[in-house]
Amino acid sequence: MAGRRPATAQRQQWAKRSLGLVGVLGFLLMWQCVSLTGVINPQFLPPASAAITALVVSLGTLEFWEAVRETMLAWGIGLGIAAVTGIVAGFVIGSSSFIRKATHSTIEFLRPIPSVGLIPIAVILFGVKIESSLMLIIYAAFWQILIQVLYGVADVDMVADNTARSFGLGPVSRLRYVTFPSALPFIFTGVRLAAAIALILAITAELIIGSPGLGHAIALAQSGGAVAEMYGLVLAAGLIGVMVNLTMRLLEKKTLSWHSSIRSEIVI
Amino acid sequence: MKILKSIAYAVGLPIILIIIWWAATLGTANFYAPSPALLVETFAQVWFSELFLTDVLPSIGRMLAGIALAIMIGITAGLAIGTTRWLRMLLEPTLEFLRAVPPPVLIPVMMLIMGISDSMKIVTIVFGCVWPVLLNTVEGVRAVDSVLSDSSRSYAIGGLARVRHLLIPSASPQIMVGVRQSLSLGLILMVISEMFASSSGLGFSIIKFQRSFAIPEMWSGIALLGLIGVGLSFLFQFVERKALRWYHGQKEVEHAS
Amino acid sequence: MPANLSIATDRHIALSVRDLRKVYSSDAGDVEAVRNLTFDLPAGELACLVGPSGSGKTTLLKCISGLMRPTGGTILLDGNKIVGPPKKMAVVFQEYGRSLFPWMRVHENVALPLKNQRVPKARRKELVDQALEAVGLAHVPTSYPWQLSGGMQQRVAIARAIAYQPEVLLMDEPFAAVDAQTRADLEDLIRDVWEKLGLTILFVTHDIDESVYLGERVIILSSSPTVIQDDIRVDLPDVRDQLETRSLPRFTELRHHVYQQIQLAKLNHRPADAARPPQASRMVRDA
Repeated sequence: MAGRRPATAQRQQWAKRSLGLVGVLGFLLMWQCVSLTGVINPQFLPPASAAITALVVSLGTLEFWEAVRETMLAWGIGLGIAAVTGIVAGFVIGSSSFIRKATHSTIEFLRPIPSVGLIPIAVILFGVKIESSLMLIIYAAFWQILIQVLYGVADVDMVADNTARSFGLGPVSRLRYVTFPSALPFIFTGVRLAAAIALILAITAELIIGSPGLGHAIALAQSGGAVAEMYGLVLAAGLIGVMVNLTMRLLEKKTLSWHSSIRSEIVI
Repeated sequence: MKILKSIAYAVGLPIILIIIWWAATLGTANFYAPSPALLVETFAQVWFSELFLTDVLPSIGRMLAGIALAIMIGITAGLAIGTTRWLRMLLEPTLEFLRAVPPPVLIPVMMLIMGISDSMKIVTIVFGCVWPVLLNTVEGVRAVDSVLSDSSRSYAIGGLARVRHLLIPSASPQIMVGVRQSLSLGLILMVISEMFASSSGLGFSIIKFQRSFAIPEMWSGIALLGLIGVGLSFLFQFVERKALRWYHGQKEVEHAS
Repeated sequence: MPANLSIATDRHIALSVRDLRKVYSSDAGDVEAVRNLTFDLPAGELACLVGPSGSGKTTLLKCISGLMRPTGGTILLDGNKIVGPPKKMAVVFQEYGRSLFPWMRVHENVALPLKNQRVPKARRKELVDQALEAVGLAHVPTSYPWQLSGGMQQRVAIARAIAYQPEVLLMDEPFAAVDAQTRADLEDLIRDVWEKLGLTILFVTHDIDESVYLGERVIILSSSPTVIQDDIRVDLPDVRDQLETRSLPRFTELRHHVYQQIQLAKLNHRPADAARPPQASRMVRDA
């Protein structure tokens, strides 16, 4: 079957958007009703309107933006360090089957250790500084990226590699022209997944340890009884999460437009 | 010979790392870094005791209950959303938002609404773990092979039979990806919900040791947490291998050709 | 319909396609894929449907199997109008690798449609065993489909279809994706089970030799928008043999005729009476 008429496609797009909007409004309306009718005590769950108002108010305050800056700074630095170390380690380990086999058990053992277990160590080492957040973020994000890079390096097409070899490309050129491009989609997947996890850990560190940022502000609002403000900040955290996800997906799509996994995604 | 070789590969690096650790903690009695022997000793002392029954088992129970509920809810909702176009259009932006909310921020929220209780912790875990399962189920259901779907329809396999024999099995590899993410999220949420607000549980114990500067005890708690994570991961891999034997077999055949 | 009286008078009509029309909406506006198709399939007949590529073979098959709604016209199975996938019809698809359930073993694949129809267990086992026996796969019931070769997988799909005991068996280019050797074997297998079980088969193919070798009758489709280009009887001996039948002069004549018609169809020569009333297949007289 050929593609639908542009008019039909447009109508569909429109239907999709408006239905989605109805969904969001319905969600907010439900929240509003649950609170106003007292199904959940409005003292603990203020109506959606109050939370949104509180969010809008805090958007005008310096403290809010300061907190967002702290959170995103920890997120960015942590993700960056994890990406660089994860990719380098992935290529080093993946380059030889000896290293791969020798490190396999250790990786499989260290990877599932929950990064939040490091919280007490981070507190002892760094206290309520950004380094505490970084430690958790890097640990959690590193494994995610490393594993994907290892998959990617293992996925290299042997025919392509042998072709490159037969044309006399050395190890460095093969890494540059064969291994790296074919592992690239996996690297992106790893970084995309790690980006979401890094945000979770950044907020966690702020919430539990008290390093500055959005999570800390939420904990403060909660303990201070500023309930509507707390919900406003939770909404803000969600919106930041949405933006992180959308940015990563956009980046992936733009950079990997040549790759089949992306091409087929568009067709479907 | 082959088995010996793979054993050597498996234990070689860990042994080297432990020797380095042992050598580094030799002689110098560093307050913050216990030696391997001390850690093992403390571990046995702290956890082979009543604490295991009062704090560790309940934590694990809450986590498993939360994850199990999240998986059930996620698969059910994912099947409904994945097969119903208008429902998908209706809920997509809302779900996109809900899953982007970093789950730890739910802890203060749930604490307000439900107080500090077992059910609050379980609800937090459910709320955090449901999204990976749900979204992966939706993806899996949508990616059901068109020829297989036509085959089922031509044999009048519809309704619940379609769900049971076609949708769930074809989506299962994707669902398992979601379950794996849920497991690690569940463990994180279990620990921090106890660290943030609790007077019992593994997370609480670790923080308590840290605050009282009982450093070897703290390390033993971290080690236990690590063991639980590793155990969960191995359990998952075992179940996944069993449940998706057909999938891995098929992939192998495809790769071989 | 009086014109039907010519040949298969004693057989009742299993499948009847009347004025079938299918229009797709697309970028360039509406595309008429099938204009007007009318034919009857008497019970017990093995008919092949050939046409140039893009002649709407798959569209037609999807409409008959109830997987797609036609724009106009009706399709009757045993006198009942088809609105959805009918209970008493089975389809064998070209993509054998994608039509079997990879998480089920061979015998489970064959049994599933029966289980779904609540066929009692003992009877189910009997039907599954018979079907696997008939396609020569009695020895692999506990394998997974993906452990088998392509030809064997397609045999499993055929076994599943015959175990289901359909009124009509539809086959959508079932052998297009297997190698030539296997293909010849499978062709003979189809003749064999058809004769033994008295099935009614509509076999869609793009292969002219295959259509003449297999069928009692060949329905030739025009290029899109599709009408029936020609409809001929294959008066070859009932017992077919890959070597002997294919070297018969009559085989060559029929093959030649079908080939010519398809060439004409490609050049967009439509039959003079494109919208002719339903009629039975005719004998090819020209040598």
